[in-house]
Amino acid sequence: MQIFDNKKEVGGYLLVASVLLLVLPMLNTFLAEGDFLHVSSFQLSLWGKYICYAVLAMSLNFLWGYTGLLCLCQSLFFALGGYAFGMYLMLNVGVDPVYNSALPDFMDFMGFTELPVHWKPFHSFLFTAGAVLWVPGLVAFIFGFLAFRSRIKGVYFSILTQALTYAAALLFYRNEFTFGGNNGFTDFKKILGAEMNDPSTQRWLFIGSAALMLLVYVFLSWIIKTKFGKVQQAIRDSEARVRFSGYSTTSYKLLIFTVSAMIAGAAGAFYVPQVGIINPGEMTAAKSLDVVVWVALGGRGTKFGPVIGALIVNVLKSFATRAYPDSWLIILGLIFIFVVLFMPNGVVGLPAQIKGWIAYYKSKTASTALPKGVA
Amino acid sequence: MTHDPLYRDTNLVLSVEGVDKSFDGFKAINDLNFYLKEGELHTVIGPNGAGKSTFMDLITARTRPDKGSIIFHQKDGHDIDLTKVREYHVSRLGISRKFQNPAVYRSHSVYDNILLSLDEDRSPWKNLFFREEKKHRDKIMDVLETIRMDRFKDTIAGSLSHGQKQWLEIGMLLAQDPKIMLVDEPAAGMSDEETERTGELLLSLEGKHSIMVIEHDMEFVRQIARRVTVLHQGHVLKEGSFEAVKADEQVIEVYLGRQSRKH
Repeated sequence: MQIFDNKKEVGGYLLVASVLLLVLPMLNTFLAEGDFLHVSSFQLSLWGKYICYAVLAMSLNFLWGYTGLLCLCQSLFFALGGYAFGMYLMLNVGVDPVYNSALPDFMDFMGFTELPVHWKPFHSFLFTAGAVLWVPGLVAFIFGFLAFRSRIKGVYFSILTQALTYAAALLFYRNEFTFGGNNGFTDFKKILGAEMNDPSTQRWLFIGSAALMLLVYVFLSWIIKTKFGKVQQAIRDSEARVRFSGYSTTSYKLLIFTVSAMIAGAAGAFYVPQVGIINPGEMTAAKSLDVVVWVALGGRGTKFGPVIGALIVNVLKSFATRAYPDSWLIILGLIFIFVVLFMPNGVVGLPAQIKGWIAYYKSKTASTALPKGVA
Repeated sequence: MTHDPLYRDTNLVLSVEGVDKSFDGFKAINDLNFYLKEGELHTVIGPNGAGKSTFMDLITARTRPDKGSIIFHQKDGHDIDLTKVREYHVSRLGISRKFQNPAVYRSHSVYDNILLSLDEDRSPWKNLFFREEKKHRDKIMDVLETIRMDRFKDTIAGSLSHGQKQWLEIGMLLAQDPKIMLVDEPAAGMSDEETERTGELLLSLEGKHSIMVIEHDMEFVRQIARRVTVLHQGHVLKEGSFEAVKADEQVIEVYLGRQSRKH
């Protein structure tokens, strides 16, 4: 079974894998602070965050780039995974010294004396690890079933998913919804018994995020090579033809949508412990649009594009929000416009685009030079 | 409306009887009766708005009739009411349709276009673990030879010419081993040479599949016509050989006459 396109890709993959899983964590562990090659824990968790974003971008690309479904609720699935994991973390903060209770502090403010039933299973790490996947997956399945069965497509699908994100955010902003209202969850203390702010915990979270990205990359590379993946891309090109060839495009799209939501949820689960906070601000339509920009910039419908796009935009954002805090959104907007107008295949497609220009330029000069030579 | 009893005795694959269909009060199809015989190449003509495309939509369960029956007669003697079948099941039954604008998978190779059209299990799960075998490769090359596209098997479909895309789509229908092929304006937008080759292709399929062709181009109809049905205002106006139809007063009035006056 073939997963990678060529030897070059295998080599690149192994190189990235060894840097992320071995080199960077070792530079963080064994070199003293202040050493030139030392990677600080802050840097490591920052890159861990970028990697989670890259996985989120990959999940959108799976939907948008390969199936043609522009989904604007990817940040909702990301946040749902994050909230599910945040619940586990909130149950591990220990006894609050002020209220003298083991409940999450926002429940103390609200006068809860007992943990709500739906919170109880999140004491278990294993249950949480499952919920990170099935909660976003279930939401996507139910929503997708209704939307795809009614043949909602194109821009209508995008608008509906945006509305879903908005509705969910409104729900999560409410204190009665028992997820911390607009403060969300923060102030995490322990994960699997380890201290959250311990450098080794941060290191393992980084390694976990990197492993997730590498795994998702292989998984998606495999899917798009199978006949299933070919059907998926055929749906993007001509859905009616696929349906008239006897495929139930509804069940294909539903499965793809659900899987993509689960991947986004897993990314969110690794994101939350590394940034230390999750609140409804993560599930806004604007956040979903950010992901669209990453994918478009990197190159949609390419395997590596979303990763590149997510990294470029977020590194740039970290820099620009410090250097030009007021103009970041304008910069982002300009980048998006530029990419849409001049780089239809994104950064990944740029080499081919430049080659095309050079060939065009050469043929032009050749054809104009020829008559002169003849004359 | 009485039916011509002659067709009752022959091998029918499709019987459309007393079908009505309106859209917002407009009667697109009006008491339509139509029979397709086994292995025949049957051409349907008619002016714009005669209901030709709606007719195909009805057969392929894309729209449901208000009244009447559309029966698919299977080889084993079982009849299937196509008005009660899901859209994607229609093609699994062996009825395949070519769209007016060529609908091919433009980012896939010609080979993969045919591969995805093979009559194999279509469930998502089975397709995740699908393995290509020799019988699949042979079948695909067979189809590509029939449509004379084997030289282009590795070409990306998006870069084919308009005519080649039309042939590829006909190949995609053939890959499903259809009992009935519904072909909507296969010669639209083709050069004369391409049109003629399309005609040859359809004629070569006669006898192996029951084919219903919707067409506008009279030159093309003359080339392929065996039995011709003229639709007018959602109703069969005339049925017979190309010559008989062409000479019919009524037909000239509603269709040919109008066209020849235009030119």
